[in-house]
Amino acid sequence: MTDNPYNFAYLDEQTKRMIRRAILKAVAIPGYQVPFASREMPMPYGWGTGGVQVTAAILGPKDVLKVIDQGADDTTNAVSIRAFFAKTAGVQTTTATAEATIIQTRHRIPEAPLGEDQVLVYQVPIPEPLRFLEPRETETRTMHALSEYGLMHVKLYEDIARFGHIATSYAYPVEVAGRYVMDPSPIPKFDNPKMDDCPALQLFGAGREKRIYAIPPHTRVVSLDFDDHPFERNRFSQPCALCGAGDSYLDEVVTDDRGGRLFVCSDTDYCEGRREAGHRGHQPGGPERKEAAE
Amino acid sequence: MTAPDALLEARGLAKSYGGRMACAGVSLAIREGEVLAVVGESGSGKSTLLNMLAGRLAPDAGEVHYRMRDGVMRDMARLSEAERRVLMRTDWGFVHQDAAQGLRMNVSAGGNIGERLMAIGGRHYGDIRAKAATWLTRVEIGVDRIDDKPTAYSGGMRQRLQIARNLVTSPRLVFMDEPTGGLDVSVQARLLDLIRGLSADLGLAVILVTHDLAVARLLSHRILVMKGGAVIETGLTDRVLDDPQAPYTQLLVSSVLAA
Repeated sequence: MTDNPYNFAYLDEQTKRMIRRAILKAVAIPGYQVPFASREMPMPYGWGTGGVQVTAAILGPKDVLKVIDQGADDTTNAVSIRAFFAKTAGVQTTTATAEATIIQTRHRIPEAPLGEDQVLVYQVPIPEPLRFLEPRETETRTMHALSEYGLMHVKLYEDIARFGHIATSYAYPVEVAGRYVMDPSPIPKFDNPKMDDCPALQLFGAGREKRIYAIPPHTRVVSLDFDDHPFERNRFSQPCALCGAGDSYLDEVVTDDRGGRLFVCSDTDYCEGRREAGHRGHQPGGPERKEAAE
Repeated sequence: MTAPDALLEARGLAKSYGGRMACAGVSLAIREGEVLAVVGESGSGKSTLLNMLAGRLAPDAGEVHYRMRDGVMRDMARLSEAERRVLMRTDWGFVHQDAAQGLRMNVSAGGNIGERLMAIGGRHYGDIRAKAATWLTRVEIGVDRIDDKPTAYSGGMRQRLQIARNLVTSPRLVFMDEPTGGLDVSVQARLLDLIRGLSADLGLAVILVTHDLAVARLLSHRILVMKGGAVIETGLTDRVLDDPQAPYTQLLVSSVLAA
């Protein structure tokens, strides 16, 4: 790799050490947002600069990297970040969840269960769960320090008052290890139960907001709710059109301009795996007019 | 000078902004269920005094002591921040002149009233909502307005909502900073009636800052007249207003326009 003009995984060694120190602190205090000196990355804010820095700091030469964006391995964000690390670190990349040792994700947790030898890295736009109700950082920090989380329930109260149920469907606040309330990044609340007692280490990086937080393996993660309006995972009325899975999170795909639509697994690796194993949905060939997509 | 039955007691409170003395050596005590009015002209240090009493402003000198629910008198400066914040949202209330400061303007009326309940661990939506509806009725706001935001409320309704939001945890002491300021006369009258009724029913102690002697006469048991940061006269409201002793109080009372 003498012809590689980049330091391993792009960042310099001192920066990676700084990020690792922040990660260690985050793991030691589950759910606590650790400030870190976020660097400029060769990508715009909002494209995963936080997640990329965390990945760069924990990546080793023998790691196998998978990157997903909304569950898909083949969208722009996922493809470019995968290519970025293939180029700057020369690591092996994969799209198979089971083969990966590090999975960087934007807005989803893979359907396949994660194992102890895996690390899930989330890209986080706004790490502060209280931000939309309390704009002052000094105040939200005090609230975290004193565990004053009543305001979080005011948000849920507003949901029920307006819609009759808790309508927050993504970035659904959770309590980690009985202490800190945390924003799980904009994953659908469908994925919230997967964070609880997860054997994999979960790291969250927010580049613009300069915060890192973590859920260590096998940590209790509880979604906030009311006694008379308990947390509910959203359900789908139909299975995946391609693979017939009834237990996965589905994306709605508009197939034409006459109201045609298709519900398919958002986790592309999971969907492909099921189809290879012989499972079929009610429209296994995908949309009929494929050329319309172009 | 320690009153054995004082709920809140202040000794020698002083605050200056730069070289300007806003409040100089003010001492006072208030008993449970008592309404104390602090009157004086603009710039006399009323609001500075109120903010120091309510723990919103650190005094340069002096102490504030408060009798907690367990009956122990505590020095407010020695409370931890956590204790002080719990006290502020359970045992105390603060009614601002500008309701927008005391309310969450982008949260519905029900959420505004329920916030304190959720802050002290209320986790049952039905109960919180029922309590919010009860309090809306008590402050004479229609229950059908429970899901409206305060931005859709009139000035008088906002003020009443602010009062409901503060009283939902049954506090023992409420600070009010010109609660009727900026409202028209008929709305003022209704609000004053409401405050008087609630404070009598609930046995609330109220420290009320106002420049309006009529408000002080209607609501308060005792009155404290301030000028230039110092207390110049104090006593029972009727005595002070009917028979003012200090020249400045005489001037103040005589300058009220008769309707």
